[in-house]
Amino acid sequence: MTSTQTAPSGSPIIVVTGLIKQFGRFAALRGVDASFDAGRLYAILGDNGAGKTTLLRTLAGLNRPTRGSVSMLGSKDLRKVCQQYGYMAHPSLLYDEMSGMENLRYFARLYGIADDQRCAAAIRAVKLDPELARPVGQYSQGMRQRMSLARALLHDPAILLLDEPFSNVDVRSAREMVGLLKQMRDGGKTIFVVTHQATLLEGAADEFVWMEAGQIVDRTPGLHRPGESPVPGQSPASSTEAR
Amino acid sequence: MSLTRATLAKDLRLEWRSKDAINSMLFFALLVVVIFSFSFDPTAEESRHIAGGLVWVAFLFAAVVALNQTWARELRNQVLDAYRVSPAPANALFLAKAFGNFIFVIVLEALMTPLFIIFYNLRALGPAWQLPIVGALGTWALVVNGTFFAAMSLRTRSREIMLPLLLFPISIPAVLAMVEATSSILTGEYSAKFWIVLLAAYDVVFTTGCLFLFEIVLNAE
Repeated sequence: MTSTQTAPSGSPIIVVTGLIKQFGRFAALRGVDASFDAGRLYAILGDNGAGKTTLLRTLAGLNRPTRGSVSMLGSKDLRKVCQQYGYMAHPSLLYDEMSGMENLRYFARLYGIADDQRCAAAIRAVKLDPELARPVGQYSQGMRQRMSLARALLHDPAILLLDEPFSNVDVRSAREMVGLLKQMRDGGKTIFVVTHQATLLEGAADEFVWMEAGQIVDRTPGLHRPGESPVPGQSPASSTEAR
Repeated sequence: MSLTRATLAKDLRLEWRSKDAINSMLFFALLVVVIFSFSFDPTAEESRHIAGGLVWVAFLFAAVVALNQTWARELRNQVLDAYRVSPAPANALFLAKAFGNFIFVIVLEALMTPLFIIFYNLRALGPAWQLPIVGALGTWALVVNGTFFAAMSLRTRSREIMLPLLLFPISIPAVLAMVEATSSILTGEYSAKFWIVLLAAYDVVFTTGCLFLFEIVLNAE
């Protein structure tokens, strides 16, 4: 799969400037400044309520910044570049009553794709069977997550924004997904993964972005932050799950 | 238009499989017809005078049931977000939803009208060919506003109560026109032309307004 528009690897593809997002009186993001390079895999980590999902939704254009801005591929109007990113949320964003292929066929139309082969290829890329006639509502959680990833990949975006792609997925499937993400990163895509299962991405992610209380507090090449215990913010349960 | 067609086809397929809207609408409308017929027990002459109001009240209430379902399936699994991050225009979604609701309510009307005729012993004394025109224009008036306000109340906590609260007041001119036009055709006492023109004008104004504002409603947080 090749994207229609990609920034050269190593140059900033997303620039976030003074980003504040408030929900009523609660500030979910409190002045985020960051730039992210093309062709890298970023793991966004932090405790619940740190602002990870809000940051991802803001990058996807689903939350409007209260203050500050997001520039993606040089454009501050995210609608203009929405063909260039794919978004996978914690819920599946799929219709439970339709099969995987029917779902993807519909979402493909939203991106102007009328080719069933593209849908089938996206389903196969996540190791599912395009012929499966069962409605998505009858899929296991892991299958649903993978189909959701297929939906995000469908239009071959340059940037992937993935929120908890490994939640409720068994370790083997999660590792397969990490392998797929590595492959896509090596193919030039920029990938953001919000996760609580950071150890899965050890050795795969290029950078770990640590969030606390609505701010990016650290960015490290490895999973260990200098001066802290080996895997801060990781619950023993999630570390075990990842093993 | 191809996106509207694709979304409409998807909605019809989902409804065909779940039958969420059509079953609840049919059951509700049937109850209204039966209860009204027992409550009033009118003569044929009286029926012609009150049937316009009864028919449209039944259809309006039943339509609200379908309108509440319209967006509910987009909220499950947050599927609406997938639409919002895509380059698809908001209006394609709105039109598909409005056409879908139009089809559901028209099917309901087609099934319920014979029952109304039997229960109320109805026979049109005026130009009966105008009835389908009033039906189509009136139904569109209900569903276009209903689809819009259902989307508007989507993120409110008590959206099923919010919809009638928003929809009914703004539909008063349309309901008045539908009832008057239907009554005039049934009784043959006066011309329905003024009310039909009013309905058509209402449809044009509100369809344009809804299309103009829907993108803001869709992306509201």
